[in-house]
Amino acid sequence: MSTRTFRVWRGDADGGDFAEFDVEENEGEVILDVVHRIQAEQAPDLAVRWNCKAGKCGSCSAEVNGMPRLMCMTRMNLFEEGQTVTITPLRTFPVVRDLVTDVSFNYAKAREMPAFSPPADLKPGEYRMSQVDVERSQEFRKCIECFLCQNTCHVVRDHEDNKEPFSGPRLFIRAAELDMHPLDAREDRREAAQDEQGLGLCNITKCCTEVCPEHIKITDNAIIPMKERVAGDRYDPLVWLGRKIFRKGKAPSAKD
Amino acid sequence: MSDNDINDVEHLACDVLIIGAGGAGLRAAVEARLAGKSVIVISKSLFGKAHTVMAEGGAAAAMGNVNANDNWQVHFRDTMRGGKFLNNYRMAELHAQEAPDRIWELETYGALFDRTADGKISQRNFGGHEYPRLAHVGDRTGLELIRTLQQKLVSLQQDDEAAGEAEERLRIIDETTITELFTDGGAVKGAFGYRRGTGRFTAIAAPAIVLATGGIGRSFKVTSNSWEYTGDGHALAMRAGASLINMEFIQFHPTGMVWPPSVRGILVTESVRGDGGVLKNSEGKRFMFDYIPEVFKAQYADNPEEADRWYTDPDNNRRPPELLPRDEVARAINSEVKEGRGTEHGGVYLDIASRRSADYIRERLPSMHHQFKELADVDITAEPMEVGPTCHYIMGGIEVDPDTAASSVAGLFAAGEVSGGMHGSNRLGGNSLSDLLVFGKRAGEYAAAHASAAEPPKLTDEEIAAASEDALRPFGNDGENPFALQDAMQAINGRLVGIIRRAGELEEALTELAALKSRIDNVTAAGGRAYNPGWHLALDLRNMYVCSVATAMAALERDESRGGHTREDAPGMNPEWRKTNLVATLADGGVRLARQPVPTMTPELLGLFETTELSKYMTPEEYGSSTTDPSTDPSTTTVEDA
Amino acid sequence: MTTTDDTAVSSPPRAAIGARNLRIDNWRKGPILTVLGITAWVAYATFRVFYQGDYWVADYHYLTPFYSPCVSDGCVPDSAHFGRFLPDHPLIPFAALSLPFLLAFRLTCYYYRKAYYRSFWLSPPACAVPDGHAKYTGETRFPLIGQNLHRYFFYLAFAISVVNTYDAVLAFHSPDGFGFGLGNLVLIANVVLLWCYTLGCHSCRHIMGGKLKHFSKHPVRYRLWTISSALNGRHMMWAWITLASLALTDFYVMAVAAGWIDDLRFIG
Repeated sequence: MSTRTFRVWRGDADGGDFAEFDVEENEGEVILDVVHRIQAEQAPDLAVRWNCKAGKCGSCSAEVNGMPRLMCMTRMNLFEEGQTVTITPLRTFPVVRDLVTDVSFNYAKAREMPAFSPPADLKPGEYRMSQVDVERSQEFRKCIECFLCQNTCHVVRDHEDNKEPFSGPRLFIRAAELDMHPLDAREDRREAAQDEQGLGLCNITKCCTEVCPEHIKITDNAIIPMKERVAGDRYDPLVWLGRKIFRKGKAPSAKD
Repeated sequence: MSDNDINDVEHLACDVLIIGAGGAGLRAAVEARLAGKSVIVISKSLFGKAHTVMAEGGAAAAMGNVNANDNWQVHFRDTMRGGKFLNNYRMAELHAQEAPDRIWELETYGALFDRTADGKISQRNFGGHEYPRLAHVGDRTGLELIRTLQQKLVSLQQDDEAAGEAEERLRIIDETTITELFTDGGAVKGAFGYRRGTGRFTAIAAPAIVLATGGIGRSFKVTSNSWEYTGDGHALAMRAGASLINMEFIQFHPTGMVWPPSVRGILVTESVRGDGGVLKNSEGKRFMFDYIPEVFKAQYADNPEEADRWYTDPDNNRRPPELLPRDEVARAINSEVKEGRGTEHGGVYLDIASRRSADYIRERLPSMHHQFKELADVDITAEPMEVGPTCHYIMGGIEVDPDTAASSVAGLFAAGEVSGGMHGSNRLGGNSLSDLLVFGKRAGEYAAAHASAAEPPKLTDEEIAAASEDALRPFGNDGENPFALQDAMQAINGRLVGIIRRAGELEEALTELAALKSRIDNVTAAGGRAYNPGWHLALDLRNMYVCSVATAMAALERDESRGGHTREDAPGMNPEWRKTNLVATLADGGVRLARQPVPTMTPELLGLFETTELSKYMTPEEYGSSTTDPSTDPSTTTVEDA
Repeated sequence: MTTTDDTAVSSPPRAAIGARNLRIDNWRKGPILTVLGITAWVAYATFRVFYQGDYWVADYHYLTPFYSPCVSDGCVPDSAHFGRFLPDHPLIPFAALSLPFLLAFRLTCYYYRKAYYRSFWLSPPACAVPDGHAKYTGETRFPLIGQNLHRYFFYLAFAISVVNTYDAVLAFHSPDGFGFGLGNLVLIANVVLLWCYTLGCHSCRHIMGGKLKHFSKHPVRYRLWTISSALNGRHMMWAWITLASLALTDFYVMAVAAGWIDDLRFIG
């Protein structure tokens, strides 16, 4: 058992500052254990959002020494002996209190996203899909909606005005999931991704992938494939030329 | 009126109010909205974070995709056996019959289950299920289920928007806790609670309310449950006049992680033992050989040599004692720890590192290897795990009508873990997720029907003022810190009402709990109302308290051992007790316990079992007189008649 | 490495945290190494491309990839496998037909984009470190919207890789006919690495099968996609290795051509 100093940001939308706590820490603990100890022993009203404490629900997102992380998945042995640890709320979203932020941006964006569109000719129980065909989408459905990717993405983190046109990595993997879903009946997923979600704003600098606690390859397996699908529809010069010549209104989609 | 003025109570109204946004609540919301009702869903945490996400194994449904012999009758039989025939047979029947439709429906919402070679939903084997039956997505089935329902709700909202609905007909209010139900003349008419973020109060008038709040696991020190599991629905229902049944039946899993503290309670799958892991005490002794009960001696090896041969030659050797039934293993661990041979953190060692190669462990137990590596920084290929029993699930809950999910209070419905009866004395793995879907749907459907027939209720200023005052009381108190009181309650339950129970200890628990009562009444919250976890816990404590008392009382009353209730001083099942449910209600502020007959199975369902099997559970009159017309059988007393 | 002060990261209603980033690890290391590596390579490549000499080993038919295909009137006739038709001018590289497209292929490559957006353009310099620019429009406008042409440059890079492979095969030569020396190993290794980079390209992965909705109906393309995906998983590694291998191959050919070293010959 040893004692360490923690700097925890405390405050709300009207302002705040770091509070320092000297806390005992035990072998094998994670940041969330320490935050709970601060709550139980020093500051019972310290606001923190958490739920399963097993890395499965994605509630306890915060920034530890400046890096976006799940507090329940950040072990104390990551830090050197005696090193002060700084805990701050997610910086991309409005702060509610202390370590809790208002993440409604992400839910609002999810509501703008057209849902799965079931095939008209299949009744429940008649769906047949191969494992290889569902695997790509299944990777994206591992998402626990911790919103660390949304928080880290500089497109909205550093540019508040982009929150309007940009849905963020969480919703890009949703778009990819549905575009790759073997039975989704909609054919406008790529258009929607480019025009409604702001896929073009992403400059694939991969911080979303770096912070994903589920290790989803957000950039390589979702965003870039979606960019490629859009490029195939819109920007491939051969397709573009063909469309000019044959005067087709729309590029053929990869329906097969 | 400003939204930010926390002294203004927010007034809302809807047809169907759903408290709880896990699998059952969301499924109920879908059904009620599809029935044309306006719906509000209250979520204690953020939308999509409910405890359902923790479910790993799968959802049991007799689709027969992997083994075509499977059907609802087989599933029904398995469920009744698992529950030691204490189940509400009608619930088990409906559950087995409707689960496949509920799973298939999820596919139309966008769920992507793992597939069989011919493209159907794959199904996996699980303890107690005769055939491969669990629809699954790797080991994250619960996440798939909740995300699918969450996205279905969003799509219904989008449909409403597209249809130009002026008002939101399906509203999700997240991070909100309900502290009180309002009733009038034996019927519910609304609910009162607070927004966690601001501390602002909200009063919602609704003629029909569905409780889907999950379980009570947070009352125990070591639990696989999240902080939300404070028994809110159980307590709200009791305070509104409804009854709870089977509260003594709590499922403990024998091997939860106990160390490091950050992961205490998280499950360690049984496969670790199946693949060669053994249990050792602090002296390094493989102690399970000392705990083989007489009745199991024929099937379990009494020496390490034979036990070790079993892994490669199961036909000519007896099984290792580590693979005894869950309650036996848990009892053994418990006893080792109590006698001072536990690890320093109060568990025993589960050692596979010294028995299998690192490659073998990584290949056979990838998710366990990953879980310990990521969460605990323990390499299970190099060192033993520390494990001990962990509180997992409560079979007991609100007594409901099996077909309608209605409680005894008009307009109040319940579904999921908060309801009781479906699982009897013990739940089979995989039956929880399907339970959520089947009875979530039914609760939504009948709540909508109830709302159609009801007048829009009115809430009075007086009752709202009283509820506000009640909720604010911790700020005016001068008592203890809620975290300390929670620790005290968890310690009592863990020590005295845990996996192995004795009459004397249960009496002690009730005495200690009674002593805690006044301290909880005087619990103090510091700070303001905005996102104040201390205040939140202070309000949750009374719910945890009343559930703890109900459990301890029922556990003391039932002097037999059955399923999730083990009485060391009353081993074995008693057929007389099988006919009896213990019902807890609230009277004059205290918990009152009553006995009530278990509904009698219909002859058709009884006919699904062999008489020899029934004779293990029932008195001869029961299975012998199976031709009795259930409608005239006095023992089928339902709660309305009682 | 400085950043501007008018981004949103510390402004209400967000938490008013004074420091604009709180990372204490050495996040500058990545971008600095990237800048150094790319700058050094570009300097070397520029020098070599306009040097217009020591690119061809006549005895062994080694042609450096920087001069392939050699299509200028200035090329040594034997080295020009595809004819000579570009005017000989000091500002026109001998391989002016391929180099611009190879450059464009790498410039629009999804990995290099990440690398130079982070290191040269500081957008962002590292995760959770504020953007170096107040305005940001991503790849939605000219010129960066042109990054979507990566696929087209992939087609050309594919063709050029075929040419490089052809060069490497022709190089099994000695004045007596067949020959085999260390230079061949260098050229072949370079070509193999180039293929690892080119076939692992995100666009290639898309074309091979990524665009399909049902892998199960296209088993061959699924297999190709699987191979491309495996290479793609290490695209960054291939990107850097091929930069190094291109420069080393070129340097080896130059050194032999200039007579600084003798090629180690195994046959012929």
